[in-house]
Amino acid sequence: MNKATDRKAKIRKLFLVFFRIGAFTFGGGLAMIPFIKREIVDNHHWIEEEDIVDIFAIVQSVPGVIAVNSAIFVGYRVAGILGSVASALGVVLPSFVVIAVIATFFTTFKSIPVVANAFEGISAGVTALIVSALLNLRKASIKDVYGWIIAGCVFIVMTVTKISAVYLLLASAILGLIISHVRKKKGW
Amino acid sequence: MVKLLIELFFTFFKIGMFTIGGGYAMIPLIQQEIVDHGWMTFKETVDMIAVSEMTPGPFAINSATFVGVKTGGIIGAAVATLGVVLPSFIIVVLVAKYSTRFRNEPMVQSALYGLRPAVIGLIAASAFSIATASFFTISNDGSALSISGLLSNIGGTVDFKSIFIFIVAMIAGIKYKVHPILLIVLSGVLGIILYAI
Repeated sequence: MNKATDRKAKIRKLFLVFFRIGAFTFGGGLAMIPFIKREIVDNHHWIEEEDIVDIFAIVQSVPGVIAVNSAIFVGYRVAGILGSVASALGVVLPSFVVIAVIATFFTTFKSIPVVANAFEGISAGVTALIVSALLNLRKASIKDVYGWIIAGCVFIVMTVTKISAVYLLLASAILGLIISHVRKKKGW
Repeated sequence: MVKLLIELFFTFFKIGMFTIGGGYAMIPLIQQEIVDHGWMTFKETVDMIAVSEMTPGPFAINSATFVGVKTGGIIGAAVATLGVVLPSFIIVVLVAKYSTRFRNEPMVQSALYGLRPAVIGLIAASAFSIATASFFTISNDGSALSISGLLSNIGGTVDFKSIFIFIVAMIAGIKYKVHPILLIVLSGVLGIILYAI
């Protein structure tokens, strides 16, 4: 097989693999990691085992969601820029179709009294989900007293003012840089 | 229409650019933007979170599609979804091209040191506002993301059924590790039973 057709085949394959990953991972995020690893490392040998761990680490420290970022990164490594376009498209397409259909009919659907009652209950369930996620993430995210202070300030400012979350994130990143810098200088 | 599409694109581009920590971390930013633009009510954003949990795909992408469809039809959905994905596309391609050691950069580490707790604060704020919207019968259905919205919610009647469902869902999730999809189905069924009484 010559190189061009090989690349074309890889791009097609990337789309299909990530389409499958996008279609079968609910809740998104970390749930997708084992799926992606099995397809990319075990089934297709596109990327080495040690490299995929690095990739997951890298994609979690840049903006975006893990599944999509992984798709873009893996796609690029396997078949260049077209590979990342095919992978990103593949991973997003299933939920795009499903959500587009649901959103179209959602208002009509919710006007049914039983459904409205169900969603009253679901809103309490969603609260529980978010609170659980909060408890889970807290351990890995807040390591010291500065962490608690930043989290506390962000919570208060976000709750009592209309300041955009964007500015709070920017301020926290800068604060992180300053604290780390001071810490290094003073040798804490 | 063109104005709406441009606004959708840039709003979700901004959301995509500031999504750190994925998943739940995006919720407050998305709610803030969507409610402020008047694209949805606060209550509707909570419904959207539920729908997103029960369908494939991450919340960030799903919410872009959802809001896009509701405001600008299928083209709106395509534009919003493209907007939310594009920032990470550009950044990830650059990182994939130039460096595998990005995460070990001290600058990145230091910024993340401040960002991670901030994300926790953001999620806490969104949990708090969703909880008050859910535990108190809302009179105005407005944003619970502001202090006046919160106060008017708290001034409303306490919804004990909702608090009960919350407690059941917390126990099911944390103690019995019930899957999120099942949790939502469970709280929906409880809602149908309790609110019919």
